[in-house]
Amino acid sequence: MPNAINIALIPLLPFAGFLLLGLFGKKFFGKTAGLIGTALLLVSCLLAFQTAYDYFFVYGKVNGAYQQFVPMQFVWLQFSKTLSIDMGLMIDPISVVMLVVVTFVSLMVHIYSLGYMKGEARFPVYYSFLGLFSFSMLGLVLATNIFQIYIFWELVGVSSFLLIGFYYEKPSAVAASKKAFIVTRFADFGFLIGILILSYCSNTLSFAELIQRLTTPGSSELQTAAGYSFLGISALTWGAALVFIGGAGKSAMFPLHIWLPDAMEGPTPVSALIHAATMVVAGVYLVARLFPVFALTTPEVLEGIGWVGAVSAIFAAVIACTQTDIKRVLAYSTMSQIGYMMFALGVSKYGGEEGLGYTASIFHLFTHAMFKALLFLGAGSVIHYVHSNEMKDMGGLRKFLPVTHITFLIACLAIAGVPPLAGFFSKEEILLAAYQHNQAIYYIALITSGITAFYMFRLYFNIFWSKPYHPHGEHQGEGGFVMTLPLFLLAAGALFAGFIPFGTLVSSDGKPLESHFHLSFSIAPVALGLAGIAAAMVLYKSQNERPGRISASLGGLYTAACHKFYIDELYLFVTRKVLFNLVGRPAAWFDRNVVDGLVNVTGNITLSLSEGIRKMQSGKVQQYGIYVLSAVIVLSVLFIYVW
Amino acid sequence: MMEPGLYHILFISAALFFIGIYGFFTRRNLITMLMSTELILNSVNLNFIAFNKYLWPGKMDGLFFTVFVIAIAAAEAAVGIAIIINLYRSHQSIDVASAEDLKY
Amino acid sequence: MNLLLLLGAPLLTAVAVLLGRNKQQVRWMALAGSVVQLLFALGLLVAFRAERSGGQTAQMLFEQNFPLIDALNIHFHIGVDGISVSMILLTALVVTAGVLVSWNIEKMTKEFYFLLILLALGAYGFFISLNLFVLFFFLEISVVPKYLLIGIWGSGKKEYSANKLVLMLMMGSGLIIVGMLGLYFFGGHDFDIMNLATAQISTDRQNLIFPFMFLGFGVFTALFPLHTWVPDGHSSAPTAGSMFLAGISMKLGGYGCLRVAVYLLPEGAKEYANIIIVLSSIAILYGAFVTMMQKDLKYINAYSSVSHVGFSLLAIGMLTQTAITGALMQMISHGLMTALFFAVIGMIYDRTHTRMVDEMGGLMKVMPFITTVLFLVGLCSLGLPGLSGFVAEMTVFVGSWENDTAFHRVATIAAAMSIVVTAVYILRAIGKTAMGPVTNAEHLELKDASWNEKLAAIILLAGILSIGLAPGWLNDLLTPGAEIIVNRIAGK
Repeated sequence: MPNAINIALIPLLPFAGFLLLGLFGKKFFGKTAGLIGTALLLVSCLLAFQTAYDYFFVYGKVNGAYQQFVPMQFVWLQFSKTLSIDMGLMIDPISVVMLVVVTFVSLMVHIYSLGYMKGEARFPVYYSFLGLFSFSMLGLVLATNIFQIYIFWELVGVSSFLLIGFYYEKPSAVAASKKAFIVTRFADFGFLIGILILSYCSNTLSFAELIQRLTTPGSSELQTAAGYSFLGISALTWGAALVFIGGAGKSAMFPLHIWLPDAMEGPTPVSALIHAATMVVAGVYLVARLFPVFALTTPEVLEGIGWVGAVSAIFAAVIACTQTDIKRVLAYSTMSQIGYMMFALGVSKYGGEEGLGYTASIFHLFTHAMFKALLFLGAGSVIHYVHSNEMKDMGGLRKFLPVTHITFLIACLAIAGVPPLAGFFSKEEILLAAYQHNQAIYYIALITSGITAFYMFRLYFNIFWSKPYHPHGEHQGEGGFVMTLPLFLLAAGALFAGFIPFGTLVSSDGKPLESHFHLSFSIAPVALGLAGIAAAMVLYKSQNERPGRISASLGGLYTAACHKFYIDELYLFVTRKVLFNLVGRPAAWFDRNVVDGLVNVTGNITLSLSEGIRKMQSGKVQQYGIYVLSAVIVLSVLFIYVW
Repeated sequence: MMEPGLYHILFISAALFFIGIYGFFTRRNLITMLMSTELILNSVNLNFIAFNKYLWPGKMDGLFFTVFVIAIAAAEAAVGIAIIINLYRSHQSIDVASAEDLKY
Repeated sequence: MNLLLLLGAPLLTAVAVLLGRNKQQVRWMALAGSVVQLLFALGLLVAFRAERSGGQTAQMLFEQNFPLIDALNIHFHIGVDGISVSMILLTALVVTAGVLVSWNIEKMTKEFYFLLILLALGAYGFFISLNLFVLFFFLEISVVPKYLLIGIWGSGKKEYSANKLVLMLMMGSGLIIVGMLGLYFFGGHDFDIMNLATAQISTDRQNLIFPFMFLGFGVFTALFPLHTWVPDGHSSAPTAGSMFLAGISMKLGGYGCLRVAVYLLPEGAKEYANIIIVLSSIAILYGAFVTMMQKDLKYINAYSSVSHVGFSLLAIGMLTQTAITGALMQMISHGLMTALFFAVIGMIYDRTHTRMVDEMGGLMKVMPFITTVLFLVGLCSLGLPGLSGFVAEMTVFVGSWENDTAFHRVATIAAAMSIVVTAVYILRAIGKTAMGPVTNAEHLELKDASWNEKLAAIILLAGILSIGLAPGWLNDLLTPGAEIIVNRIAGK
């Protein structure tokens, strides 16, 4: 059985780090803050590995299928007799995989930041925020209750906000952090309504019960839920779709992706941790967590998820080809790869061989975490060296940053799907799943993988080859051991993670899945990948005129992609022009002038009335006489003629 | 010579009354206003007497009231003039406008 | 525990403050008094929980009943249930923090503290009274001193605001008194809440009285469109005044709406529930949008209060047990949060002498403590888990969702939409004040919070965090009370 205390410690240790460093970091720890944070995370990471080992190889498998365990659970808030927010620990294949990914990448980032963030004034604060993030992400992963996941969902959102805005004196960082928070918040609004719908339909908030009640055909909850509909679409479909919107916001799926590229304003290790490896895949995790509901009860939503994923994948890949900020290229690449994971889920079915997409998605999540974190950390080293994010300031760095160069190359090969690196295996599985269930998505994915190889190597050649680099000023080199060690470890992951027989560990129904390797099937994607690499080599290996000519000949398309297809402008238009000017301003005007005006008018009427009455009492005896006289006359007339 | 009837007397009393009213509202001198009030009161007195004589000749109520009114009028004139004198002392004027200050 | 202690402590404090010889003495006495009140309130919580876990199931505990005017059935009847206990705790926390942040008031210090303590007395009395007459008496006690607080120690167009605030609240009082008389005459010539709760009042009569009661208390709790005293009143009031106003006064209204209007007139509540829902949904969204356009920090918080209190009223209109628990939670959460927000605004204003967000920037660099608190309170306001706002809002949403008509659903969704708008204005305000480069060079010289300000912030933060991290205790306190109200609505 799982050891509840060990598992509980995995999220709690980073939280302890957050409290310790957040409250006392500046006063007592100063430069040792990083070491404390790292040490806590190291323990956490070791515990996660131990949990994973125990689960997969000791107790997890019962009757040939991996089971779900809830080693600890308590009621946090009782809403009503049936609905309550429970806090607990959920141990099942995906959560265990995520535990490993999150703690491992987080540990790498902690170590790397020791070098990268050295000398920052708010060094302890940085580590406390990292601790908060790790805690929230682990809590999210371990959630047993859909509201628990929402709670940690919000917490990762805020840690992301804090870390993006870490350089708070930079206006662009502030704007980016706000944007990230608000866009994901908008998606969370959908998520919340989705939760309300699903919980109302199933009368529970617990994942296990919810899935069980909503997927058992003929269950009473399913029958009552079938009775509700809105705009001709059943309530469950709405619920599932809204929950997915929450996931899409966090995972930067089109069209809610606009925050991710801007989020690159944060420190680079943060981008590696939050905006590449862990938080942004929370949406994938959420869909995987509720996968039986999506697959069995609302297949139409799942199909939609597939399309959203596919569109995001190719959309982001196209934009990535035109960006010149290396972190933005990586951000779009992340979005594209998450699109892969999403549509892998979208094309999957529940159970058995049909569930290949599910396995592939989690597999890709795992390998992607390795090589994308590596790419970001490599980019971090580059930025650390040249003090710029722009490609034009780089080139020819291979001699100056040898370790970064090699590891970056490994990661690029991995993401391009070159065998036998990690990305190859996971991408093959995804493509296979897509091929079996949705040919259209398969072809989109195939094209995307070619584009992926192209833009990654465009990046690689632009940084490390292209033009010769002329070092100027003082340089810190590669930042020493603390910055190269994570690169090596992650590179090892990117090299070998593909050989893990993932299908035997993670599958949609817990039963091991044998993955078959089809050599003939791999030819097309690998060939496309190599073609992409070759194209990038021709264009960017040394400085030449060709890229300029090609972009000029593409004309409008290139400009549009360069401007990210004007999605940002559209959002700006909607918020600035429509919301602020057409809703906010009139509402404020209405409040000041109409509502408040009414109150003031009431006051003024009273005032002018009393002003009028005051005039009557003039002190003029004769005026009073007139009042008396007229009153007498009026009364006499009344008495005589009326009564 | 014709015996004066009720209507004649009422006519005179009405005339007296309105002369009094007119005086009260138009004069700015407080003494004149006081005098006008006396006119009004006297017109009422006339009415009382006339009604008594012509409508209830056997009774004395009207006469009593008249005496009563005359007494009150005398007292009122005394008080009124006292007020006016005080007003004159403080404002050096017996214009009605100077009495406006009393409202404060 | 004797509830009279809760009245005695502020009364004695008020007297002691008046006798104080110099400003320093006055301050310390006020602080000591408010700390004693806080201890009493905590003691009450402990005693209450002990009684309940000891199997005491009576609706009201620690009851006392003294006749005041027997002929009219006016009794000094006091007692508490979980709802009142939590409200008293809120009051004690806010008042203590209020005393601490007003430490540097130099103008008529003695009178200032006297009035502040008087307000507290009114609030305590209000929350423990079980007789409408006594309740109304204490309600008035907590209104009138506000006029002086704003008029004397306020800023900006303070006379206008003081007049507006007190007149609007008095209008509310006027409506309440009409409702009270209605209850008295229709409910068998009694002012006692416990007795009225069992009186049989016909539906027509309930429908007649309910609007008076609800609108009357609604004015206090900024029911749309009777909310305009809120922004002006808050922005002119001194810091502690704003804290009290938003933290407690608005809760007097909410508590009254629930305890008096809904509890005593359940049929009326059902009749008008939909109107309440419409008005409060408007208030929530409209308040949020108006807030988005504000530039003055106090106005931002004032309008956001309108929006947040709208959640309470919405939940009251939903009439389900979870929703009503949520309404109460929202009141308490909002009380703590908004008091802290005003405290922080006051601290910033004391230093920068401006409340305009455009004139600030990068304050994080110069006053880390204050801006951290500002961050926390902002995050609480936008409903971040771990802070009280989240717990309350989620309870409201879940409770509202229990009604399964399309009308209720739409209202809930509209209300939930405000969490996005709230995020927009809160982040905008925080981003402009705390983050970014320091725009005003003079601000670089500013000092961070002093001990009293830190203590005030910590006291309120403790409340916010204790609800946010472990909401169970508050839920346990409020649920039985809510259940009784809901049972009465259901006619059980």
